[in-house]
Amino acid sequence: MLPEVIASFIVGIFLFLYAIFGAIDFGSSFWSMFYLRRHTEAGVIANRFLSPTWEVTNTFLVLLVVSFVSFFPKAGFTLGTVLLVPVSIVLILISLRSAFMVFAYSVQSYQQTLRIISGIAGFFIPILLISALPVTQGPFIAMRNGVETLLTMKWLTSISTYYYMLFGLTSELFLSSLFLADYAREAGKEGTYRIYRRNAKIVGPATLVSAILTLLVLEPESQWLIDNLKEQGEWFILSIVFYLVGYSSLWWPDAKNDSIGKPRVAVLMIVVQYVIASYAYASAHMPYIVYPYMTITTGFTGEVTFRALFWVYVVGLAVLVPGFYVFWRLFLKDRRYLRQED
Amino acid sequence: MDQTTLTRAFFGTSLAFHIIFATLAVGISFMILVSEIIYQRTKDKDYELMAKRWTKTFAILLGVGIPSGTIVAVQLTLLWPGFMKIVGQVISVPFQIEIFAFFLEALFMSIYVYAADRLSGKMRVLSVFFVCLGATASAVLITSANTWMNTPTGFDMYADGTIKNVNTWAAFFNPSYGWAAFHVSISAFMAGAFAIASVSAYRYLKTPTPDRKELSFHRKSLLVSLIVGFLMSAITGFSGHGSAQGLHEHSPEKLAAAEGLFETQRYAPLSIGGYTDPKTHEVKYGIEIPYALSILAGNWPSTEVKGLYEFPEETWPPFYVHSLFNVMVGIGMFLLALSFFSLVYWWFFHHKRQLAFPKWLVWFLVFSGPLAMLGIEFGWIFSCSGRQPWTIYGFQRTAEAATKAAHVGNLFVLFGLLYILLSVLVVVVMQVYFKRNPLHQELAKRGDIDVT
Repeated sequence: MLPEVIASFIVGIFLFLYAIFGAIDFGSSFWSMFYLRRHTEAGVIANRFLSPTWEVTNTFLVLLVVSFVSFFPKAGFTLGTVLLVPVSIVLILISLRSAFMVFAYSVQSYQQTLRIISGIAGFFIPILLISALPVTQGPFIAMRNGVETLLTMKWLTSISTYYYMLFGLTSELFLSSLFLADYAREAGKEGTYRIYRRNAKIVGPATLVSAILTLLVLEPESQWLIDNLKEQGEWFILSIVFYLVGYSSLWWPDAKNDSIGKPRVAVLMIVVQYVIASYAYASAHMPYIVYPYMTITTGFTGEVTFRALFWVYVVGLAVLVPGFYVFWRLFLKDRRYLRQED
Repeated sequence: MDQTTLTRAFFGTSLAFHIIFATLAVGISFMILVSEIIYQRTKDKDYELMAKRWTKTFAILLGVGIPSGTIVAVQLTLLWPGFMKIVGQVISVPFQIEIFAFFLEALFMSIYVYAADRLSGKMRVLSVFFVCLGATASAVLITSANTWMNTPTGFDMYADGTIKNVNTWAAFFNPSYGWAAFHVSISAFMAGAFAIASVSAYRYLKTPTPDRKELSFHRKSLLVSLIVGFLMSAITGFSGHGSAQGLHEHSPEKLAAAEGLFETQRYAPLSIGGYTDPKTHEVKYGIEIPYALSILAGNWPSTEVKGLYEFPEETWPPFYVHSLFNVMVGIGMFLLALSFFSLVYWWFFHHKRQLAFPKWLVWFLVFSGPLAMLGIEFGWIFSCSGRQPWTIYGFQRTAEAATKAAHVGNLFVLFGLLYILLSVLVVVVMQVYFKRNPLHQELAKRGDIDVT
């Protein structure tokens, strides 16, 4: 395999991981705000999951940016120039949220403020992040004085951008509902489980519809992508099959807990669905990083650096995986943490 | 302001802001490690409480350090796309490893803070060790990228900007890296120690004399931080000397600007203070020590030190770097002397003769923390201004590296407001937290003080 293909695969995996972790993370913030006054336990569960995990999720954002710029520095140049303003706004939102996450842990009276700020940020960050995707298809970039420039008005008035945003929002709410349903089940909170299961039931179909709309309604300049997407038909059908299995598992009987639905199965199936659909989408996008300005070949760093980076990843992950394991045991598995009363 | 200056001002502000929190993260995590180890050895509960309260401080500071770190990491690409284009091809490895160090820090910080009650004593020390290791490694790694900008190696660049013959590890271990990494990490330990010394000194002054337990607590933390501060400032001076000799060898233009030296000469004098006059090309109102510069640069008075006239005038660094350099060195020397004097006083008058510590000396110590931080800021500004007009010395000018996108000024204002907001918040949160959890209450919880 070509090194730039391996590199795009690695960056693709990080992008996917951040998308999933971010969706769950920001979605939980949103629910934590949503349930500030009613169903307070649902809010508490969302918050308990968030306290130790948001920071690790945040690190994934930095990992994503750095690995992208390292492997594709010239593409980083183009995207960095074009996306200066939107990414800066995301940065400000993330900073405020992070700060309040930490501060609220130290000063309990900031909890309310935190959940509102974090909820608002959780609503807008995924929307802004995903709206970068249509930009990479080329219709909103023009050359001005030799510099690639974002056509802000065209970008913000395009219906396609809004379908992407809608897809980002529904995905975030769907994934986080499923995850929190499973988390609540693990914590033995049946009432909270029911609330998030209901949310997932409502948002699930909306996610599918907005995904289909997003892929069908593109700007005329994105015709190249539509053509490529058609070739990936089988993958998309497979992804819908996984969706149906995952969604239906919310109704599977659960004898052990004397309840309905298997949230663990649902989470796994839906993540697999996203893996397949993302793979198909990314394949259709290849070889362009930013159409038609940058491909994975023209944006690539070069063999020597690639090889060094590759080994850094192998060693780095080997060191970190045990750390992640301890982390998972302490916060996502340990019943003393999950079931604490307060 | 033109676009390049604006971008520099913007990114400089982001960095100056981040440096405070990044340095304290390195320094304070080291101090927590020290006190956890002292506690495990002496079983004196004061040190356990110290570690606990410093961890709280550390956690609150992280509330700004994490977002500001994220901002700086992303802004590098946003504001310096031309620079990152070359970095990505030559020296992305330290950035990449730095992320893993950041992960290490974040993971173990979460474990140490959120699961402290479920950890054994040894595991706690181990967690803090990993937090400190992660923070220090981040600093050491990012320094590699910075020194590479000063002494770029490991690649060839053609006139059209294409890059060939990349040797990633030669770039990573560039000539000025070793001393600089040593200098950066030790000076961060030093700043952390003096930050603690400042607060301890202030609390020591403000605690009423009858509160013996509290006074003894503050005295202990003051002593620990002074000892660490003294050792670290001595090593900082030593490593700084190594870095300066590195300048002589690899970045003579920067050294010449730092010393305001124009003529290349043997037996070069060292000018302390004053300013470099741009018209007459000499240092005015400074104190000259004959031969000292030559001795510092090459250990021998006959060492030849290059002057600015060796280099084309259009690439001279700005003259004010002479003052930046002087302030940095001056602060370092002052803190070394201050901590040495305090410790001597401690031993001979306090420890041996039970004399009280004089108030004026403690007041001096109150200012040691902010001074150390200023020294570090000046050091970084010196390192980066002294490289101007280059971003990558000899290869890329700052103007070529800066973004050409619009709205840089507006974003500068927005981020400036964010930094002000975060600074205010971090102070307020710190005050609220420690007002609600005052020391005497925590000592009482431990059962040392009878609450009557």
